[in-house]
Amino acid sequence: MGERSMRSRRAREREAQPVRRDTTILEWPEAGLVLMKGPADPPSRVRVESGRVVEIDGRPEGDFDSIDRFIARHAIDPGVAEEAMALPPLELARRLFHPDVAAAEVRRLFGGLTPARLVEVVAELDVLEMMLALRKMRLRNRVANQAHVTNLRDHPALLAADAAEAAARGFAEVETTVGVAGLAPLNAVAVLVGSQAGRPGVLTQCAVEEGVNLRLAMKGLVSYAETLSVYGDEESFRDGDDTPWSKAFLASAYASRGVKVRFTSGSGSEVLLGHAHGHSMLYLEARCILLVKGAGSQGIQNGAISCIALPLSLPGGIRGVLAENLLAASVGLEVASGNDAMASHSDIRKTAKLMLQMLPGTDFVTSGFSVMPREDNLFGGGNFDANDLDAWTAVQRDLGVDGGITPVGEDEVRRVRQRAVAAVQAVWTEMGFPPIGDEEAEAAVDARDSRDLPPRARAADAAAARRFLDSPATILDLAGALGRTGFVREAEALVALTRQRAAGDYLQPSGILVEDGSDLVAESAVNEPHLYRGPGTGCRVEGRRRRELEEVPFAQDPRTLGRPAEAPDIFVEGGTARPGRETEVVVALGPAFGRRLGSTLGGLSHREVVLAVLEGIRGERVPARVVRVRDTADCAFIGHEGARLSGSGVAIGIQSRGTAVIHRKDLAPLDNLELLSHAPNLTLDSYRILGRNAACYARGMPTEPVPVRIDNMARLKFIVQSTLLHRVEVEAATPGAPALEVVLRAAGAPEAGAGPLGEDR
Amino acid sequence: MKYPLYREARPRIALPSGRPIEDFSLANLQAGRLGPEDLGIHERTLDEQSRIAEEAGFPALARNLARAAELTRLPDAKILEVYEALRRQGEGGAALEALARELERAYGASLTAAFVREAAAAGAKS
Repeated sequence: MGERSMRSRRAREREAQPVRRDTTILEWPEAGLVLMKGPADPPSRVRVESGRVVEIDGRPEGDFDSIDRFIARHAIDPGVAEEAMALPPLELARRLFHPDVAAAEVRRLFGGLTPARLVEVVAELDVLEMMLALRKMRLRNRVANQAHVTNLRDHPALLAADAAEAAARGFAEVETTVGVAGLAPLNAVAVLVGSQAGRPGVLTQCAVEEGVNLRLAMKGLVSYAETLSVYGDEESFRDGDDTPWSKAFLASAYASRGVKVRFTSGSGSEVLLGHAHGHSMLYLEARCILLVKGAGSQGIQNGAISCIALPLSLPGGIRGVLAENLLAASVGLEVASGNDAMASHSDIRKTAKLMLQMLPGTDFVTSGFSVMPREDNLFGGGNFDANDLDAWTAVQRDLGVDGGITPVGEDEVRRVRQRAVAAVQAVWTEMGFPPIGDEEAEAAVDARDSRDLPPRARAADAAAARRFLDSPATILDLAGALGRTGFVREAEALVALTRQRAAGDYLQPSGILVEDGSDLVAESAVNEPHLYRGPGTGCRVEGRRRRELEEVPFAQDPRTLGRPAEAPDIFVEGGTARPGRETEVVVALGPAFGRRLGSTLGGLSHREVVLAVLEGIRGERVPARVVRVRDTADCAFIGHEGARLSGSGVAIGIQSRGTAVIHRKDLAPLDNLELLSHAPNLTLDSYRILGRNAACYARGMPTEPVPVRIDNMARLKFIVQSTLLHRVEVEAATPGAPALEVVLRAAGAPEAGAGPLGEDR
Repeated sequence: MKYPLYREARPRIALPSGRPIEDFSLANLQAGRLGPEDLGIHERTLDEQSRIAEEAGFPALARNLARAAELTRLPDAKILEVYEALRRQGEGGAALEALARELERAYGASLTAAFVREAAAAGAKS
């Protein structure tokens, strides 16, 4: 009992919130559970002798571990090291941040820094400064994004459809992997063909064991590899049965086959493997970053990646992960900045994390946006998935920021999915793979996830995959198959992609392919560098891209929204309204009520609203009279004008959107007896009670106010419609025009068009 | 600097078979005039990309691409063999030294050979 039973209901409700399902811990620096400043992190220091780096961060050459040795030899520029290390961390941080110091100059200087110094430098920056620095240091002008395309059943038709959708949505790279290892060749083919059916030039990869991956690369089935993981300590490397040299060799091997390479690292991996030894996550990551640079990789995916929940459990976790991205960019690496694995149960936290990469813009904002629902994500990814696509594009539009995803309408999405499925169906038949039936194909186009597809014999697929891998067949055979079956566009795309492989332009830092007429061309840090020097410079969202990002397919045209096609005109208008003498209630309507507009924000028809109000008034045996106020659209003034005409001095004012007031002529116009301002929440009963209450006021009898419920979402839901309806009301008003007596036309009588006494202004 | 090569210096790009890149077309493919030997990237193109990377301020990438140029001469199986040997670098320098000599003599891959020797030396010290 005790403390638990003492907790309030609010406390218990807070405990049930998503963020409380995340594990949150305090720092434990000795165990490596700390983002920066681990107790074993060395002070930064470098010594260069006759053009060689002979000491790194207090460790002389004789004591180098293999990572030190590799970094000393390949990553730290001995010609710059002494100059750069002579600058204090704060000064380096200032240059990293300041837009007046060019990115190229920062890269030159940072080429001479040791891992410990890199950490000391970013530790001087807060997140906002890091974001601005990251914006400046991003390599490629265009912000891009990477997609995950996988499914639990390794279904080729669904892989192709999802890859095509990713391509149509603007993803520059599509990454797949396997549920069953033996299927890698067919998964790679499905994603390759599907992506090119969506948009030519998308780079694809299949994350599998390096030996198989290299064979896929050699057949031309994948155009980039991201499987090269590195660690900031030797033991973790040994656990993975690799060394810095073996990884660097792989990078060259992939390049020799025309394949772009990006390494993978990230905070938390070493401590997870039990090898932190009192080092901070960021210090170990800084060693990774220099190792990756030294290996000659053009880029890195970092930002904790699959370990993201570990740094996020600690203080400063999100900041530390941003610091990783920034350090990688600062030394000249393309950055695919995480946001792929599940980071938190809380959408607020996930979004807060995302903003640090999305606002500055990185080379790839996510290392894998799950284009399909996360239930099919074999990477354990899906931090953002199919259901988040619209929110992502809404945020891009809200902020005027390019997060690398192009808004696309569902018709277009369906069209490319159909095309991709038909293309892989043809390839499967031509290549002699187990055929994809029409039922499977149709299901793949509109599937939510792989459970919507009929079962498929994976053993037969795996056998075909093996035969294909062992055969001499290559991407050329796939292009041939597409060409023979009428998929000429896709065949041309595979040919164009393979020509780009021969050109090797996308091997340069942050290389991607974009369409160039009917062909492809590379964009990278070499021909399209991001050159940010403060306001007015760098990549800005404008022109065609701005329109693309603004015109999301779910945007509606306010010129037509919520306005009836035809004026309802439900009243017969009479002469100028005169002041009454008896005990009555005047119902004063807004200028457009029942004339140009026919229903309230809550969707109640104006006719029924008036009938309900009259019923309420007459139920108290008080006579009622309806007038149209013409010179104002304001609810208070409509009510007050009605009150001045009312024999009892009491009137009800109703605007077209449904906002209603009970007014009395001795009150100031902006005062009232009762105000029903939440128009969307009102029911016909509310209007009936409003009528009854007005009658009671007129007879001087006590009343209970109209019950109103709180709906905090009402304003959010209806503010646009409210604005648009009110605009019509304001347009319908004629300053100085006197109120008119009006009578409801008989129900069923033609409501459109002017009646005998009608006037249409 | 001429880059992208594909747009700025296309006549200089050869397919791995040595034929001009212009030959790589769907029409030629359908006529049976393209084969696996046309697939990939030519050594000279990688050297060119290496120079471009150097000039653009990415020296480590330049060195990687220069090694990659050499590796175009290695058959796929030999690539995998070198990778496996490097993973086991701690097990003894002799095997790696033999491999380095083979890389030099059989493939003229002196940069890669030096890289393998460096790995062997690091393995011996760790």
